[in-house]
Amino acid sequence: MYSLNAYRGMQFYGVLLLLPAAILLITFAYLPTANTLINSLYIPSFRGEPRTFVGLENYQDLLSDTTFWQVARNNFLYALGTIPTSIALALGMALLVNARLPGRGMVRMAYFTPTILPMIAAANIWMFFYAPQIGLFNKLLSIVGISGINWLGDPNVALSSVIVMSVWKEAGFFMIFYLAALQSMAPELKEAADLEGTSRWSFFWRVTFPLLMPTTLFVLINALINAVRVVDHLFILTKGGPNNATNLLLYYVYENAFSFFDRTYAATITVVILLVLALVATLKFTVLDRRTHYQ
Amino acid sequence: MRPATASTSNALTFTSLRLPSLETLAAWLLALIWIFPLLYAFWAAFHPPAFMVTFDLTAPLTLSNIIDAWTQAPFARYYLNTFALVTGVVLAQFVVCTLAGFAFARFPIPGKNLLFMLVLIQLFVFPEVLIVENYRIASELGLIDTLTGVGLPYVASAFGIFLLRQTFKTIPRELEDAARIEGCGWMAILWKVYVPLAKPTYLAYGLVSISHHWNNFLWPLVVTNSVESRPLTVGLGVFSAPETGVNWATVSAATLLSIAPLLVAFLLFQRQFVQSFLRSGIR
Repeated sequence: MYSLNAYRGMQFYGVLLLLPAAILLITFAYLPTANTLINSLYIPSFRGEPRTFVGLENYQDLLSDTTFWQVARNNFLYALGTIPTSIALALGMALLVNARLPGRGMVRMAYFTPTILPMIAAANIWMFFYAPQIGLFNKLLSIVGISGINWLGDPNVALSSVIVMSVWKEAGFFMIFYLAALQSMAPELKEAADLEGTSRWSFFWRVTFPLLMPTTLFVLINALINAVRVVDHLFILTKGGPNNATNLLLYYVYENAFSFFDRTYAATITVVILLVLALVATLKFTVLDRRTHYQ
Repeated sequence: MRPATASTSNALTFTSLRLPSLETLAAWLLALIWIFPLLYAFWAAFHPPAFMVTFDLTAPLTLSNIIDAWTQAPFARYYLNTFALVTGVVLAQFVVCTLAGFAFARFPIPGKNLLFMLVLIQLFVFPEVLIVENYRIASELGLIDTLTGVGLPYVASAFGIFLLRQTFKTIPRELEDAARIEGCGWMAILWKVYVPLAKPTYLAYGLVSISHHWNNFLWPLVVTNSVESRPLTVGLGVFSAPETGVNWATVSAATLLSIAPLLVAFLLFQRQFVQSFLRSGIR
């Protein structure tokens, strides 16, 4: 097709086209990842002395740090609290909006709108609900004579409060993927099921839900990523408190790096986050890509 | 949106005579719950602080909360910063991702598949996860407290490269050959054939990227420390931190101020926004 020289020329040209992206990716993705891994194996220098290699000592510190375990547990509970709930809600919303419904456009908009708000703004709004004395929730509860709960100050409740807000923010986003999948489903399936007299319940579990599996997996991957990546709301709602009850891994990294100025320890925790993300990536590239078909 | 079949339109005339079904009620109730926080923010922003938790429909409307927020924090400057940031990031992403996407779609690069997999890793490892090291790199490059520092880590977006590569791959080679016969070089081919045909992809990617960077918080928080470079989200975060003791009506006004442009854009172009997010999902 091309002569050898022309082929070489194209190779060179292609590499040239890739160069800007490559330089930026190396600077802000690969180099920082490698440096994070390396830094987690060292103790930083003091007064110009060279830094010392300590092997896995930082990781030993990490494993014996009860706060780290608490934060990891919080993050796990946060994922467990937000993901299944928001996926179920998203699917429910999509089914409701996909059916005949007066004012469907309005309803769909109401579900989706939280998605486009910044997390910080959403947290501000929910702060008005959760605040102990003057917050809306406790005001409403006091009307019916219940003395309010300290939604964000009680260590047993705070994480749940944060979870509820995250579900509110996320469900509408996942809904649109379910909605698109539902709308691309062949109407003949429903017609056939109606002829057979299949109940709606069994139609959902036997036909709709299995057909939505690729969407569910896709949404699951996104939800998993968000569960480790998005901590913006903590800055407004709880700052990880009370007593670390709502602290999540990435927020703990931030605290260590920019409040306690322990960059090494922050790097070590970052490695844990990277491991989680690597796991999610593996899940995506093995399970999801084998089962979904790109249109 | 979808064609109504004969059976559904029959059912429609039949059911519309009855009370709304249970599903309709559930859908509306859920919608009400979902939109309530936002409506509440509007309520709080446009009424005197005394009516924060008193829903009296005759309560006087006021703009003083908005004016307070606007005068108590440099929101004009924050707006300017966010506009500049979002515009800069999206344009730079378009250029860098177009070139890389074109290279991946059309050029015989040695080890191309491996390189592409390497790029895809960035779909999972975001700049904000690497805040510690990215902060160090940004400070070595002298980018701390600059808008360039806020935006640059996001410019080579794996997602953009992937999306444009997929689009470019679907464009028939014949168009390219025709342009070449007319004497176009590679850049002219890219500019006159590929880019115009990829317009829907640019629109989708652009909208997703605008929403993302309008709303982004953690990395901008870390890398900025003055009014001159703070985007809206960080400005809002600083302004409304509970310990500053600003009153709530003002905070809700400030919150609305910072979400208003994107919210209005969304309400006007709902369809395009939702379509864009959908397209962005197919990765």
